[in-house]
Amino acid sequence: MKGELLIKNVRLLDSRGEHGKADVLIGEGKILGLEGGDAERVLEADGLVLTPGLCDPHAHLREPGQEVKEELATGLLAALRGGYTDVASMPNTTPPVDTPEAVMALVEKARNLGYARLYPAAALTQGQEGKLLTEARLLKEAGAIMLTDDGRTNEDAGVLALGLSYAASWGLVVSVHAEDAGLRRGGVMNEGPLSYRLGLPGNPAAAEAARIARDLEIVRYVMSRREGQQPSTLLHVQHLSTRRGLELIRQAKAEGLPVTTEVGPHHLTLTDAALESLDPVYKVAPPLRTQGDAEALMAGLLEGTIDCIGTDHAPHTLAEKEQDLLRAPFGIANIEVAWPLLYTELVLGRGFPLPTLLERFTDGARRVLSLPPVRLEAGAEASLMLFDPHSERAVNPAEFASKAKFSPWAGWKLQGWPVMTLVEGRVAWAHERLGVGT
Amino acid sequence: MGAGVIAMEQSTEKPKHLLDFQGWSRAQVESLFETARMMQEVLERPVKKVPALTGFTVATVFFESSTRTRLSFELAARRMSADVLSFSGATSSMAKGESYKDTLLTLDAMGIDAYVIRVDAAGVPHQAVKWLGKPVINAGDGWRAHPTQALLDAFSLLERLGTLEGKKIAIVGDILHSRVARSNAELLPMLGADVWLCGPATLLPGELPKARLTTDLREALQDADAVMALRLQKERMDKGLLPSEPEYIAGYQITRERLGWARPDAPLLHPGPMNRDLELEGTLAESERSLVERQVANGQAVRMAVLYHLLVGRRG
Repeated sequence: MKGELLIKNVRLLDSRGEHGKADVLIGEGKILGLEGGDAERVLEADGLVLTPGLCDPHAHLREPGQEVKEELATGLLAALRGGYTDVASMPNTTPPVDTPEAVMALVEKARNLGYARLYPAAALTQGQEGKLLTEARLLKEAGAIMLTDDGRTNEDAGVLALGLSYAASWGLVVSVHAEDAGLRRGGVMNEGPLSYRLGLPGNPAAAEAARIARDLEIVRYVMSRREGQQPSTLLHVQHLSTRRGLELIRQAKAEGLPVTTEVGPHHLTLTDAALESLDPVYKVAPPLRTQGDAEALMAGLLEGTIDCIGTDHAPHTLAEKEQDLLRAPFGIANIEVAWPLLYTELVLGRGFPLPTLLERFTDGARRVLSLPPVRLEAGAEASLMLFDPHSERAVNPAEFASKAKFSPWAGWKLQGWPVMTLVEGRVAWAHERLGVGT
Repeated sequence: MGAGVIAMEQSTEKPKHLLDFQGWSRAQVESLFETARMMQEVLERPVKKVPALTGFTVATVFFESSTRTRLSFELAARRMSADVLSFSGATSSMAKGESYKDTLLTLDAMGIDAYVIRVDAAGVPHQAVKWLGKPVINAGDGWRAHPTQALLDAFSLLERLGTLEGKKIAIVGDILHSRVARSNAELLPMLGADVWLCGPATLLPGELPKARLTTDLREALQDADAVMALRLQKERMDKGLLPSEPEYIAGYQITRERLGWARPDAPLLHPGPMNRDLELEGTLAESERSLVERQVANGQAVRMAVLYHLLVGRRG
């Protein structure tokens, strides 16, 4: 059979490990085989690595209503350039995505763009107001992949219990921004010696830990009312940032609770020490924590307590981020650098096993979203990332596809940059140096 | 101004800005105080003006309103013959949503030589340094720093005590939200003092690097060489950080009786503006112990010295 694209001499890597070099034939949206063959186009990929496409369970693409910060066209292209083929978008937009019509509109628009595939998350409560539940079943039919009031915190424990219970009955995972609003107060950075010295309102680790502890208790309660029905995942804790939060989730998983969690690239590679610069580019929620927290999160990622990397890609305009630390919005745009950043810092810098990191970027995230795992084998869907493990390039935000053309990692020299991303067999994006048109 | 001051200036490598005391050495602070003492002499003359900053333009950029600090800086600049451009965020384009950066770059296009910035949020003066190529003086940023206040406090204390070496200085009040406390806790230990910060538990930070923190007023005041009371913002009660004013008074008001725990003649300071009968008992501010008026007068000399060091130092 003649394929559309032959990727020659490429190293294969999926969650199971490295599989040596192969000549990967792609056609009809699938991997046709790993032993070469005729193709319309041939790409010599010696020295490059082919993997399943990355999957992000947590990105803010800002549509509808906040297109000044980001839109699907820029956010999903940024995702492709970051090696992502699948992205879950958060519903804290204007208005919040809380109706089936809004979900369908996003799905339709993303499909027409032909960039990374979009899986919208919808609001757990109407208007994300934390009071009345949304139409979980109809939202799921429309294409919603999870429910969340992310952007806000779920202060009413009773509403969250109802929401978890109801969403589970329709097979939808609920994800939570786990911070206690009362403990967090107006905190703009990690509470600790540095926040005391800098005179900035602190957000204590206890705000996250207390809320996770509460939410896990709610999961135990909801499970007790669902005898015999064991969903694979019920609650997904977003952007874990503290050692204590990790310990709570580790314990819950040991009990067998259907709970998953993610960590953001920034919480693994930056600490509150960055706030010494007083630059709001480092303002994010939850805040950058201590080195001890970052070390704990890396260990949690390695052992699997942390299921996946969630970027929490949160673009804002430069003008918004050039306000002061009290007024600038929370968030770091990172979907274009997440993979090379963690490849460089974790794999090259700390000896973190490459297949494990890839698993957290792919199947780990897919499990949270109830998407099937992807293997590099004949017959598999050809939604793939090709990356260059060797060439070093500095992060240059001016070149980002994202509208947020600034970054806390600007100037960091990274390896592992994606050079091509295929979606369902089609070259959706390729670095110009490959000479492969899209 | 004598030529000797200028010669002294050129002999030391000085920080370009006064944002806080990072990058400032004890020797640099002491050199600043030497200049301030010369400025004091200027302020005692019938004609209180010198040509030191002729041709320079100083912008006072107050994104947060303040009368006293702004007047003190502006008078300091004018007494050295600088031109002064006065910008107040509350009455300007800031109210229409213009950013700090755009505002400052607009001023910069007008040919400003130094900026004095006051703002209600920590860090804006640091950001301004990145945007502007000129000296920036922090006139108070949020809860973080108010270095000229600390300088004038230290200067006033030195006048009275002679030295700060080994002296116990107690600062009492809302430490958590106080840039005055933070800057003093940075500067006074640099000059050899032991700084004690005292206030209600809900208004104390967890720690500060060079200071002792306590909720026990007696422990803080016991044998203190000087006592500073801070202004208590009434909004702390609204936010639930304090039960009531009487509760604060009962625990932390500086009274004549409590001042007796300190060393005899230990001076009393207050950065102003005062809430009479809240943080200080009745007429204590006018007592022989009080340095409050001296602080205001010294503020001008110290700010003249700061402007002089940052501006004239750069020209050379």
